Amino acid sequence: MTPEEIIKPENLVYGRTKVLTDNIMHYCPGCSHGVIHKLIAEVIEEMGIQDTTVGVSPVGCSVFAYNYLDIDWQEAAHGRACAVATAIKRLNPETNVFTYQGDGDMAAIGTAETIHACNRGENIVIFFVNNAIYGMTGGQMAPTTLIGMKTVTCPYGRNTDLNGFPLVISDILAKLDGTCYVTRQSVHTNAATIKAKKAIRKAFENAQAKKGTSVVEFVSACNTGWKKTPIEANAWMEEHMFPKYPLGDIKDTVKGSQLSDEEKNAKY
Amino acid sequence: MAEEVKLMKGNEAIAHAAIRCGCDGYFGYPITPQSEVMETLMAQKPWETTGMVVLQAESETSSINMVYGGAACGKKVMTSSSSPGVSLMQEGVSYIACAELPCLIVNVMRGGPGLGTIQPSQGDYFQTTKGGGHGDYRLITLSPSTVQEMADFVGLGFDLAFKYQTPSVLLADGVIGQMMEKIVLPDFKPRRTDEEVRKECPWGTMGKNGRKDRNVVTSLALESEVMQETNNRLQAKYKAIEENEVRFEEHNCEDAEYVFVAFGSVARICESAMEILRAEGHKVGVLRPITLWPFPTKEIQRLTKQVKGFMDVELNCGQMVEDVRLAVNGQVPVGFYGRQGGIIPTAEEIAEAFKAQMVK
Amino acid sequence: MAKIQGAVTVDTERCKGCELCVAACPSHVLGMSSKVNSKGYHYSEMVNAEACIGCASCGHVCPDACISVYKVKLQ
Repeated sequence: MTPEEIIKPENLVYGRTKVLTDNIMHYCPGCSHGVIHKLIAEVIEEMGIQDTTVGVSPVGCSVFAYNYLDIDWQEAAHGRACAVATAIKRLNPETNVFTYQGDGDMAAIGTAETIHACNRGENIVIFFVNNAIYGMTGGQMAPTTLIGMKTVTCPYGRNTDLNGFPLVISDILAKLDGTCYVTRQSVHTNAATIKAKKAIRKAFENAQAKKGTSVVEFVSACNTGWKKTPIEANAWMEEHMFPKYPLGDIKDTVKGSQLSDEEKNAKY
Repeated sequence: MAEEVKLMKGNEAIAHAAIRCGCDGYFGYPITPQSEVMETLMAQKPWETTGMVVLQAESETSSINMVYGGAACGKKVMTSSSSPGVSLMQEGVSYIACAELPCLIVNVMRGGPGLGTIQPSQGDYFQTTKGGGHGDYRLITLSPSTVQEMADFVGLGFDLAFKYQTPSVLLADGVIGQMMEKIVLPDFKPRRTDEEVRKECPWGTMGKNGRKDRNVVTSLALESEVMQETNNRLQAKYKAIEENEVRFEEHNCEDAEYVFVAFGSVARICESAMEILRAEGHKVGVLRPITLWPFPTKEIQRLTKQVKGFMDVELNCGQMVEDVRLAVNGQVPVGFYGRQGGIIPTAEEIAEAFKAQMVK
Repeated sequence: MAKIQGAVTVDTERCKGCELCVAACPSHVLGMSSKVNSKGYHYSEMVNAEACIGCASCGHVCPDACISVYKVKLQ
């Protein structure tokens, strides 16, 4: 059969989800943000929650996430998305609330808001895009920048004496009693996107079941900031990012499950 | 039904008034001298009665951003703090003002700058009325001078915030927060249903809920023309507030040759000073601005034609006095007397300062 | 045994020419066009159409959601 004979509506097996708007994304060619946006949009469509979902966008490259998913959005101040999301969820318990944050937003300026939302076990979802660099402001060092990795604010490579160590924030969040699900995913291959999508769905379902805070980290490429082609960036990510930020579930439980009933109901 | 008179602190009155005016959520962080606001709310457990959410946040930064999140849903939300905590909130306040969201911010002022003192002050007049955060914005600022007004201005603050879609500030000095007086609490008003919230705030972000277009609450506009348009819209709104919402109270200004200008607790002391001075034959009145912004500029301009001078008294080094001088525009003398660090001047002290500066 | 044949379409105006779909395709179906869209990007297209198995790997990794995938079972 010729392609023309195959390309018919009844043969469509994969297409653009209607939860994505028609806007062309402002991201650089090959940016992981686009794939992650799309996967979240697909899950929202599949779960039928477009009318009840509220997203909180950060400051950083994905500040304009609200232009791309056809749901209600709030744009938060830098680092404050988890505080904003806390209030939305507490005041509207029937909504599905997620934050979408980069490494600077979530793990540098917003560390306090992130940790305390997770510690309270807010029934929200945190999507965390870790590309080890500040994309929007021009490629500066992030808390997650690897040792020896060059950025414009550590042009000779991240030096631990000067800059400290890469912050493995998801491991920290997994230690908190309020989180139920902490997982690290990527979206650079077909197989990875399928796994990542399952993690996104599980995170939303956890929030609906009031299991606690779910954190889905996406180890991502910033090919522009890394000064590589998209394909080179993905290869570099596998080689250098994955050893420091290994993929897979870090935690999968229910908030407070580490505590006995006696501990949970203690009165002094 | 007979009016229920109660004795309570100003801070407690704020908490009770919030529950009674149908507030949907309170987010705050403890700081002296206003911690009784959240303590009272937690003890009252309104989530079991009206459904109001009360949450102790990890910081004032977080509190004000929780207020942003709640306000952007169209919900009636508030926070309370004191001076250093309110400084920490300024980023969020600027965002809320730009995103044109209604909310109530209570500041029970303590002495500064810096960590300062936990004693009363009025040192945040500049911060509140001139814009403590970045950019061109204004905050409706209500200044209570009694515990009754602490309660009444919660509802009024919310009403004005929703009318103009802009934050209201209840700016009290620590005296009013800590002082106990008898008050009559406002009647209970039920919280709005989600349907009512959607109707009143069609821009709210509680989920599309069948709406065709998505709602986005943001303060970002990278295009210069769009950002200028945002500024123009805000300024037009502020102009309308200045025209319609000036509130003040006057005592004995009809025949006054001199007028005290003071707000909050100090206005009450100035009334006593006025009585001392009147007994000595000085024709003195008191003008108490209730809205610090919008400021009663026109009223001061009107009085300028009548009086020989104004005497501004504040618990700071002279902040509101600048607005008095702007209104007076050099036509009559404007004196100033201020105390800092939590020292509350006596009526006699103020009367003496008046005579020393104003009566030659 | 039934043989699967697929085909893809690319929204060429949306495509930014990142080539991730080309790398993701297990059957080497896709390549970059010598033509450019209105933004100046070379866009991807089928250069080896008959090899397509309709697996949608290209679609899944596409950051701009510009690929649609079709599939038929041949008897």
